[in-house]
Amino acid sequence: MTLIDTDRPPTVPAKEWRARKPSLLLEGDHDLCSGCGEPIALRSLLEVIEELGWADRAMAAVGIGCYTALTPLLDVDMVQALHGRAPSVATGLKRMRPDRLVFTLQGDGDMVNEGLQEVLHSAARGEAITCVLLNNGVFGETGGHMTATTVLGQRTKNTLEGRDAKYHGHPISMTDLLPPLGGVSYVARGTVTTARDVERTRRYLRRALEAQIAGDGFSFVEILTMCPTGWFIPVTEGPGYLNDTIAPVFRTGEFKADGKIVETQK
Amino acid sequence: MTRRFVEGSEAIVEAAILAGCRFFAGYPMTPFTEVLDHMAEKMPLAGGICVNAESELEAVGMAWGALATGARAATGSTGQGLSLMQESFSEITRAELPLVVVNMARGQSDYYQSTRGGGHGDYFHIILCPIDIHEAVEHIQLAFHLADVWRNPVQIYGDYLLAHTAEAVELEAIAFDTLPAKDWALDGSLNGTGGSRNINSIGMTKGNKGIEPERFWKRLQAKYEAIKIAEARHEAEFLEDANYVVTAFGTTAKFVRHVIREMRNEGSRIGYIRPITLWPFPSQAFCDVAGSVREIGVFELNGGQMIDDVRLAVLGAAPVAALGGISSDESGFGVGPLLNTDVIRSILEAAYERATGEEKDQ
Repeated sequence: MTLIDTDRPPTVPAKEWRARKPSLLLEGDHDLCSGCGEPIALRSLLEVIEELGWADRAMAAVGIGCYTALTPLLDVDMVQALHGRAPSVATGLKRMRPDRLVFTLQGDGDMVNEGLQEVLHSAARGEAITCVLLNNGVFGETGGHMTATTVLGQRTKNTLEGRDAKYHGHPISMTDLLPPLGGVSYVARGTVTTARDVERTRRYLRRALEAQIAGDGFSFVEILTMCPTGWFIPVTEGPGYLNDTIAPVFRTGEFKADGKIVETQK
Repeated sequence: MTRRFVEGSEAIVEAAILAGCRFFAGYPMTPFTEVLDHMAEKMPLAGGICVNAESELEAVGMAWGALATGARAATGSTGQGLSLMQESFSEITRAELPLVVVNMARGQSDYYQSTRGGGHGDYFHIILCPIDIHEAVEHIQLAFHLADVWRNPVQIYGDYLLAHTAEAVELEAIAFDTLPAKDWALDGSLNGTGGSRNINSIGMTKGNKGIEPERFWKRLQAKYEAIKIAEARHEAEFLEDANYVVTAFGTTAKFVRHVIREMRNEGSRIGYIRPITLWPFPSQAFCDVAGSVREIGVFELNGGQMIDDVRLAVLGAAPVAALGGISSDESGFGVGPLLNTDVIRSILEAAYERATGEEKDQ
């Protein structure tokens, strides 16, 4: 089988890749590793903001992680916040500009380790912001160290024999913590391992942003992203490792929608 | 003009709102708490927002976001709470956001915390240190103006007495020069044009890979040199023929100034310098008297902090003596036995006699 059948003329005309580039994505170079899931997640978010018609009314507070290498290419007004602090910064943005779409970007080390109280308090206050968690279960930027979401048994640079519950404690799931809080409208978790999962994640992002636009309170989407470098596996094994090792612990789907806990996820 | 008898905390809040402050976030802590009380009550009436933050870490973060939209925004606490805020102060400062901080300090032992930046990195805050509520009303308005002029945080260094005593003050808006529009403020309108903004502390620019910290931070240092020249403020009395000069700051200076005026009336050739800006420190005022005085006495209620700045100002041209010291009652809020004009008088008389060899005229 040949990859491109040259015997027949194409049925649709060729498209320039630029025609498919989100308007909020700048052209340029970045330093993220091969196989990283974060660019797919961020691109999906930009696409959804554009589709919703809020491209020129969106603002962000972004945390610190590998994705910071990509934020110069996100053509969206933003504050570069400290590790853990993005939900509070977003609160200030939204309180002074309630007519704008305000979102945060944080990794698991940023949100679940350093800034857990910030995201929980912002959620309970019902701040009309959308917090996006890019969860790969490691501190990728430092080279693959344990975070609060590293799953049991996972090998990292400071859990060399795998995360041991008795010694290193247990992972924290944001979808366990957020849904019971009163100010929370929407909670979902997706992945970017397959085209189908990217499409689902885009749907979750759209619903979260729609909840914000509707004034329904706090909304949250966690995206499990591949980090073959931080997982110490070949690039091509990233999606499989995520599906086999991480997704069974951090289940995907909607956990709260329209302010109601999704019963099947209980 | 109408005068009102107002507690310091309330006066500061009303003056902040007069200055256009429309966002405040804080966490209660003595002796700052009443500032938050009045903000929570008065800010909504002015069309602004006051968030009762769940921690100081979050209060300063919220102010950070509000500032990024171009709003006049403030936070505050006392020394312990400001310790928690230092990480964000550093980022906000190096991102050139005009934060105003209301510090109701527990006495004078947080001079270093305020004047040395306080967090990581090379930066300073402009520190305005009012002697009384009348001056605090002026300073809080000046703080918002200077913060916008320099795009740098400004702190009001007050204390328990400033926050909790009342004075008759005129609460009127001060007219400052018109400032340029905040074209750096975020609103999303330039998204997708290639011109969107990233407010950050490390020289990140949209469309460009990496960071430019050296260029970015050198520019900040040039700004600090300009602030040192333009904004150092002080008050002085009786320097023309003084052979002894005492310096003090904040509420303590009110007690010291009273004693020095009494000693002057009784014939002592004693003078007084009060730094109004703790940073930039008014070094020139001390240089100017260093050659003609026998000693400069530093009366501060801490282990000896401002004395370093006085020594750096005179660089050995005059002896510099510590006259104050740690002084606190059981509350720990900085109102101790040394904050007493009789006690201060005996200390200043002894220092004057020792350094000048003159007993005061009887």
